[in-house]
Parts: sequence; C-alpha cells; structure tokens
Amino acid sequence: MFTIRFDEEASLDVGLVGGKALGLAHMTQSGLPVAPGFTVSTRAYRQHLADSGLGPRIGDLLRTLDHNGVGALEAAEAAIRGWFEEGEFPPSLRAEIEAAYGELCSRCGGQVIAVAVRSSATAEDAEGASFAGEYDTFVGMRGADEVALHIRRCWASAFTARSMTYAWKNGVSPMQVEMAVVVQKAVRARAAGVMFTLSPLTGDRSRITIEAAYGLGLSVVGGEVTPDRYVVSKIGLGLVQKTLGDKAVEYLNGAAAREVEPERRAQFCLSDEEAVALARLGKSLERQNRRPVDIEFAIDADLDPGANVILLQCRPETYWSRRHAAATAAPIDDPAKAVLANTLRNVQP
Amino acid sequence: MNAKPRFHFFHEAAPPKGAEGWERMYPYYLVSQPEGRSAEDSRFWFADSMHWSRAVHPFDSIGAEAVYLGVGVNSARSIALPTALGLDVRMVNGFVYICPLPVTDPAEIGRRAAVFGERAGHYFQNWQELYAQWKTKMLASIEVMKGVSFEPFPEFEPLEVVKQGWGKSASWKTIEGYHKLIDEFFLIWQYHFEMLGLGYGAYMVFFQFCKEAFPEIEDQTIARMVAGVKGIMFRPDEELRRLAKAGVDAGLGPVLTKGGAPERVFAELDQSAAGRAWTADFEKTRDPWFNYFAEYGFLHDQETWNDNLAIPLQGVARYAERLTAGENIDRPAERLAREQDELASEYRELLNPSEAKRFDDALQLSRAVFPYIEEHNIYVEHWTHAVFWRKIRELSRMMVQIGFFKDEEDLYHLNRFELDAALADALQSWAIGVPARGVEHWQTEIAARRKIMAALRQASITPAYGIPPEKVTDPFAVMNYGVTTERVAEWLGQSASDGLSFKGIPASPGVVEGPVRVIRHENELADLQPGEILVAPITAPSWASAFSVVVGVVTDIGGMMSHAAIVCREYGMPAVVSTGFASARLKTGQRIRIDGRTGLVEVL
Repeated sequence: MFTIRFDEEASLDVGLVGGKALGLAHMTQSGLPVAPGFTVSTRAYRQHLADSGLGPRIGDLLRTLDHNGVGALEAAEAAIRGWFEEGEFPPSLRAEIEAAYGELCSRCGGQVIAVAVRSSATAEDAEGASFAGEYDTFVGMRGADEVALHIRRCWASAFTARSMTYAWKNGVSPMQVEMAVVVQKAVRARAAGVMFTLSPLTGDRSRITIEAAYGLGLSVVGGEVTPDRYVVSKIGLGLVQKTLGDKAVEYLNGAAAREVEPERRAQFCLSDEEAVALARLGKSLERQNRRPVDIEFAIDADLDPGANVILLQCRPETYWSRRHAAATAAPIDDPAKAVLANTLRNVQP
Repeated sequence: MNAKPRFHFFHEAAPPKGAEGWERMYPYYLVSQPEGRSAEDSRFWFADSMHWSRAVHPFDSIGAEAVYLGVGVNSARSIALPTALGLDVRMVNGFVYICPLPVTDPAEIGRRAAVFGERAGHYFQNWQELYAQWKTKMLASIEVMKGVSFEPFPEFEPLEVVKQGWGKSASWKTIEGYHKLIDEFFLIWQYHFEMLGLGYGAYMVFFQFCKEAFPEIEDQTIARMVAGVKGIMFRPDEELRRLAKAGVDAGLGPVLTKGGAPERVFAELDQSAAGRAWTADFEKTRDPWFNYFAEYGFLHDQETWNDNLAIPLQGVARYAERLTAGENIDRPAERLAREQDELASEYRELLNPSEAKRFDDALQLSRAVFPYIEEHNIYVEHWTHAVFWRKIRELSRMMVQIGFFKDEEDLYHLNRFELDAALADALQSWAIGVPARGVEHWQTEIAARRKIMAALRQASITPAYGIPPEKVTDPFAVMNYGVTTERVAEWLGQSASDGLSFKGIPASPGVVEGPVRVIRHENELADLQPGEILVAPITAPSWASAFSVVVGVVTDIGGMMSHAAIVCREYGMPAVVSTGFASARLKTGQRIRIDGRTGLVEVL
C-alpha cells in the first residue's frame, strides 16, 4: 500500500492519502476531469522515516528546538531537508514507486512523461486547519530519479520553518503531520488558477469566484501575479463580473517564470464559456462535498474547448464555512417586532 | 477636500426663459418661501419624476398634495413608523421635488416604536381581512366619483326644485360634486399608503436577511423570489392576449393586424357576425381593464387605454401577428411560479438550518404583503385616476359650455383653490343674473400661464436640489425611486461619466445591443421597431405589449421595485433603470449596449 491510484478504493482513506489526494480521488471516481496519477501513501512516508532512522533524528532535533527562534527554525529546516535529500528509499519502496510511475507513463501513451509532484498532508486533531499552500509542489519532473527525489523534498516540506510554525499554531506537532505525495501527469496549462465556491471577500455562498492567469497555477497560488477575476452566480450560473488582471508572468512546465507579452496581458485568459464551465464543475463539487470548496484547475492547451478544464485539487473551504455553520438567525414569530428590529438596525450605528 | 459637494439650492434655480413667475400658479405651501429657506437649503430634495415626468399644470399639482398627505398621515401619524416622518414636497420650475424626513433622535424613535408595535401588529395579524376591506373602500370611492356629474346651468331651475320644495339650486351639485371629487381624491391617496409602509417594511426584513446571508446578491434577485406572477397588474396585458387569441380563432387575424385608426378597425369588424361578437367582447373588457394609464396617471393630459383605443388595439395587433406567425403568446404563469420557487429553494439550500428557518419565515411574510404592494397601483393610479380625470374633463367641458373658459385646456391652468373660486364665481354670477365676473380676469392669466407652461415643458428636469446625505438610506428613496448613494454621486458628476457610458440600477439581467428608440410619450410607442432598445423617462407596465418588440429597456428613473422593473424581469428583457439622463443623452438610432446585471449603458 505504498502507492495508490486515484481510481482505487483505498484512495478514499484520508489517513492513507492525505487531503489533496482524497479530493482528487473523489473527483476521479465521480467522473470529473482530473489528470491521471497516483499517491505515495502516508504509510510509505512512515516506512521511510523508520527505515532511514530519520524519524528519531528529527524527533531529537525538534525536542530542543526554540519554536520562536527564527534563525534556529531555519537552521533546522536546512538540516532536515539535507537528510531527506541524501537518504535514498529502501529498495522495496523505490521499486513500487518506479512501477507506479512506469504504469502512469504507459497509461499516458508510453513515453517518459513529465509529472507534478505535490504534497498531500493530513493530520488528525487538526480539524479546520486547511494546511493550504503550506507544503511544496514541484512541476515538470521527468524520469524515476527526479520523481523520487522530489517525493522526498515534499516530505521535507513538512519541516520548513513556515510549515512547522503553522502546525504548532494549530496545535499539531510537525511529527504528527502525515505526508502523502501526489504524482500526477503534468498539465500543459494554457491558463490556470483557483476557484472558490463562494466569495472569499464577503463569504457570499451564492457566488463562485475564479482567479486565473496564464500558464501553470503557481503564479496565482503564489501571489506572483494579479490574476483575471471572474465572479459567477452559483444559482443560474451567470457571469456576474469579470476584472482584467495584469498577469505579468507565466510558468510553463518546469521552466522559470517568464514575462507575458503585453497583447496577451490585455486579454482575459479564460473565455466566458470556460469560466462558466468551471463554475458548473465547482457547483457540483460543492454538492458532493456538502460544503464550499477551494479548487485548483488548469485549462489544458492540448484538449478541445468544452473538454479542456482539468481539476488539480479540491479542498473544503474552512474560513467562511465555519462561520456559516455557526451563524444563527432568529425565526419570525411576530412580524411587527421583526419589522421594528430591522428598521431600527438601519439607523443605529 | 473642497466643500461638501451639493446641488443647487431652490433659490439658486433660475426659471427657464419665459417661465418667470411660475410660482404663483401653485398653492403657496407647495412653493419655496423666503422664510423657510434655511431649512430647505439644509436638506436633500430629489425629483419625483416617477409620478410627474413632465412639468405639472397648476390643477395637476393636486396629485403632489394628495400623495404626500397620504404618505405623511400613514407614516408619521397613523402607523407611526419609528424612523421616518413623511416626505416633504415642493414644486420647482414646474417639477415635483420630495425630501425624506428621517427621525434620528433616539428618544423620539423609542417613543414612536412603542406606538408602532401595537399598530403594526394589528395590521400584520389581520392583513388579509384588512386588505379585503381596503379593496372595498377603494371600489366605494370609485363609485362615489363615478356618481358625480357636471351639467351647464339652465335658465330656470327644474320643476322639482319647486314642486318638491327643495328650496335650493339643482346646480348646487356642481359645487358639491367638485368638492366630492377633491375629497375622494385625497381619501384614496390616504388609502394608497395605508398598508404600503408596512408592506415595504415587511419586505425589507427579507431583503435585509438576503443581503446579509448573501452579501453580493443583486436586489433584483431578491425581488424575483417574492414578486407575484398572477396579480391583477398583469390583467390588462393578459386581456390583450386573450382578445388577440379570440380574434385569431374567429378568423379576424387579418382585420386586427392591419392596423389603422380605431374607427376603421371597428367599422371593418362590424361587417361580420364574428367581428361584432369580438367588438362586444372588447367593449366588455374595457371597464375596468382598460382604465389603464400608459403612464402613471398623474397628469391630466395622460391617456388611459380607454381614452385612446389605438393603444389596446395596437397591443392586440402585435399579439395577433405573433399568433399568426405560429408563436405561443400565453403568459407562462405556471412556469414563472415554478422558477420562482426553484430560485428561492436554491438559495435556501445554501443556508444552515437556523438561517433557513428565518429565510422561510421572512419569505412567507413578504409574499403575504406583496399582493398589496403590487396591486394597489391598479386601484389608485389607474382605476381611480381614470375616473377622476374623466370627471374633471366633464367639468372642463361644462365650463366651456357656460362660457367661463374658452378652451377645455384652460381649466388646468388654475390650481384647485382657484378653480373652486372660479366655480363659485360662475354659479353665483349665474344665480344673480350677471356675466361671470372672473372670465376676463382668468383669460388674461391663462394666456400668461400657457406661455409659462410651454417654457417649463421645454426645460429638462434637474434631478436634485440641496445637500445630499453621505449615504442615502431612506428605504422609500432607494426602493421606489432608485435614488441611491451611487446615483446621487453620478448626478453630481463625481464619477467617471464620459457620455459614452453611464450607469443606472440593474433591473433585469441580460446583455443586449441594439439601436435606441427614445420614447417620451405613449403615443410614440407605435414607432418602435423590432430589435430596438426602448429609452424613456419612465416605462409603465401598460407598455407590456410593446415589450414584445423591443430587446431592452433603459429608463431615467425608477427603482428595483418599480412595476416596470418587475414586468421586464418577467419578460426576460434586460433593463437598466434610474440612469438619470438616458432619455436626454441618447438619441434615436444610436447603437448602445446595456447590461442588466451591472446597470452599465454604453454607446457603441
């Protein structure tokens, strides 16, 4: 159970595959457009920690670490990353990952394909913490060696200064974080971005908000560009608003950021139809999850319009969802009192 | 920052050239007076062009009195709305301006709230019975008005005056009748607002809840969840569809779609039994359904469908044409009702159980009060006004017959008090046996006033006067008149408005492009060509049959809840209301794009 494909039953066990892979598995198994891939399970992570002796070494280092010392945290991060990069997998694990990667390549046509290697963390007792964007993602990896190295780099990202601080803040020890890793066919993204099935600004549940820019979604997720912004009404799926962003740079597979030509910057990176198609997918994902979700997507350059939207990730939205769940509203027993209260609220500061 | 941006004060508003002295035409309390200047200057006044889209003749100013008496009585004194008194009213350069009067002192609000609780409670508990009683009162008032008649004074009193020992002139009924008309007019305007403030208040509970649960929801979406789909406000148009269908079924399609003057159409119909049966059906439909103003019925020169049968015939012709072309013209009331329920339930689904309960309660309350909000205009602005103006026209005809006025338009150049005096003069002079003493006096004055009116009607309307508030919060101003903080800013020219694009209130979703047709008067509706965008100061729901021709609607005024907005949404036609100036800025033939979701109007 070191590697699990998205379409396998075991892929629905969050403890085994982490939040990101669980979302991908749900989407894959409901027939939604997801790039194919597999997950290196949390069991593989634990096995590696045990076999390589890294578990106790990290444990010792963290025990004496000053949680608030910036320099100390950064030194720990560097040391742990080095340990992960040097420590090859045990042979059984390495063989299984190679086999899974080979199988993914043959599913995609036979040649050695580029993949994205993405962290998929989970932690018990961390209900409500999204861990969104805390851990690393690598795109454009090619060949078993590169894939293997970046799986270990994803594991190492459980111990960056930033992610450890986030874990502690949420009452979780970094050692308790279970790191699965998703290996997924890289999308040839013409454009990509993030979709919330609510308005992140106001929390409006009847809105779907999409932010997108050219190339891979890194630039949007990392806040490196001002993306185009689309607001779609969840009910009726009408495009309510679109705002042109600057979209100054784009990432294409594996390469460094490059500048986008002025002509393309002046155009919206998604067509209205694509924005609405995305929103339709978002709405059905929210229904499936029974709560608002936060979705990463890409528009594949190789696929035909109408079938070119690829979902990369789907996570429950936490900030507004918790507030909405906790919101209370008074029933109306006495209309006069309700009208009075409502009128007075308008005049009082 | 400069001084707070403001509009002109009343005393800074120069009269249009040729309209000097307009003030003397109206009752003094409708006109700004020097001693009230500082209070007037400190407040914010906006044009009530929804009710009076053109400069108002002296007699027609009775509407401004009656409407704002009605609001005041009910808001300030009867129901005691805690946070608002009435709306103050002034005539400026012939237009009507109003000013909401919020109550801001917490102690006063508290005192009013205590009174309000009991009174509002009574209305909400007995809403349906009180609404039924309201309709009865309205119909009774209409009957009283219908019973009034005006006839020229005879040389000798009829014999029964003597034989039955009346001891008074039979012609005294002219004086009584005039007073009765005025009294009933003021009564029905008090009835008009009897339940309206409470109705809006109840709707605001739902509105506010939706705004909080869904902060970005469009006003029109909230309205769509509540608006009635079967009320009597749709009946006049439905009658046109019914008549078109009956006509086409009876093989009269070619006659009905040929168009032409009503006399010609009816003459041709008279040639066949089927045609005569159809005409009888048409005649039966006229009362009450064609007692329907193409505009809002506040000006004596506005016509009802009954006054100008070309309007309903044209509507019938349009529907008959579509029927002949094989289209289905049935109003899909069942489908609309279903869509409305689906819309509400989709929003409800997004809420947690506690929120969903309040949503249900508030929606139910809104839907209970909404028939009143939507239907009261039919009783008041259409049915009552139709009778009122018809009777005033009778009076005018009589005054011409007895030689007091030269022309039937003369009467409207006197305000209601002056007319009362003129009637007294006419009757007393007749009784005494001398020529009416005011004939010459009034002829000179009427000639002067005709010039003033012509000058006032040439001038375009100024949207507002005085000092605007930081934020417009008055629910009447916002909901009914479409006067929002953003609109006021646009009026002040603070926001980017290059003339190539401007914004109004989005009233019915959809984006459409097309050539403009500016329509200032219902008579021009016949000019509309298929595919055009109708641009008008206001639109009335009675324009519905014209809506089957145009692809979009833009108006100068009106809010989300104006009937035009409701009807446009129903017909799935993009609409932008409350643009302030669209009918002045746009020219017939110009190509524009309108976005009914954002309120943007762009010249292409």
